[in-house]
Amino acid sequence: MTITGIAAIGAGIAVVGAGYGIGKIGGSAMDAMARQPEIQGKIQTSALILAAFVEAVALFGVVASIIS
Amino acid sequence: MTLSTFKNVFFSALFLTISFVGYAQEASGDDNDSKFDAKEMIMHHVKDAHEFHIFDWNGKPVTISLPVILWTDQGLVTFMSSEFHHDDSGTQIVEKDGLRFVKYHEKVYQLDAGTQELVFDAEHHPTNATLPFDVSITRNVFMMWVSVIALLLIFISTAKVYKKSNDKVPTGIAGFIEPLIIFVRDDIARPMIGDKKYKKYMPYLLTIFFFIWINNIFGLIPFLNSANVSGNIAFTVTLAAFTLIITSVSGNKNYWKHIFWMPGVPVPMKIFLMPIEIIGMFVKPISLTIRLFANITAGHIIILSLMSLIFIFETFAIAPVSVGFSLFILIIEIVVTAIQAYIFTILSALYIGMATEEEH
Repeated sequence: MTITGIAAIGAGIAVVGAGYGIGKIGGSAMDAMARQPEIQGKIQTSALILAAFVEAVALFGVVASIIS
Repeated sequence: MTLSTFKNVFFSALFLTISFVGYAQEASGDDNDSKFDAKEMIMHHVKDAHEFHIFDWNGKPVTISLPVILWTDQGLVTFMSSEFHHDDSGTQIVEKDGLRFVKYHEKVYQLDAGTQELVFDAEHHPTNATLPFDVSITRNVFMMWVSVIALLLIFISTAKVYKKSNDKVPTGIAGFIEPLIIFVRDDIARPMIGDKKYKKYMPYLLTIFFFIWINNIFGLIPFLNSANVSGNIAFTVTLAAFTLIITSVSGNKNYWKHIFWMPGVPVPMKIFLMPIEIIGMFVKPISLTIRLFANITAGHIIILSLMSLIFIFETFAIAPVSVGFSLFILIIEIVVTAIQAYIFTILSALYIGMATEEEH
């Protein structure tokens, strides 16, 4: 297998991790919003920020695979 | 973020980018009879270039040529990029002030004295040419000026509305811009930085929010999207560097103490935490850079890849699938333009807020 193939698999694994992370954030945010609809706005903001943090890690993987 | 402000932001993004057809013109830029190379086409779109490609007409590219400005060992050399005649393989030689230049893979090389053509080594690197210091007006720079002019037009006319009206009721374009500014103030600056200090940082936050957003939007509009401004790492690294500088300059005693001598933990732990905190200081802007760059570039690459499927399989049957999917991705991208501008701004505000926080 060439180095490009390995890089693509690595990017795929990174995306699996990010998908799991964002899924957890989304699920928990939905739960929290259902319990306390009055602070929906705050939960949405922090969920978006946390999703951005998780996503950044996956993007590091993708960028590394593009570069290689 | 309340739902109504989110709605405002979302629909503003939707209406601004309502015309999103026409990525295919990039894909049809396949020269003569050679086999279609999706990777080359996509990379050519994503990277910066010396000319602004508009469309292809009868197999000939129609471009706006931009000035090439080089700082060589014999001083400043300028000429228009049209003198290369769309050549990107290093065969068209431009002679200026006794120096010879060629363009190879969107880089302008200066040929060594006495050589007539570009010679490559085994890895396709030119061996008899040097790279002069290149400060050309590339298509990204050109597109950035376009978005600066667009922003100036929007905001000067907004300011005029408030000057004219006595009751301060926004009319015209101000009615569109005011909710966005209120959104940045009430949902980004105030909660993240604090009610007392947020005012000082509002100009910066508003600037990066609107500048990133308008560049993201221009990346989706046909003809304007020849340049991939916010998907260029130099662009995002500059904005992130501004955030780093503002965070460091406005950091108070408390912030620096938490970096170099963490209070409330034993001394060995203080020494252990210091390098981690110093690395963390630089990782924050790096993650800002990579996030914006990778999100926007990934969006462009996905859409172009889906469009390339038609040319790879060379059949019409695949067209509905690829057009449908790329339309779907484009609609997601409209939301992403606003979300990425929002994320960049809110994280900058968060970092500034962390730096200016009082001791508690």
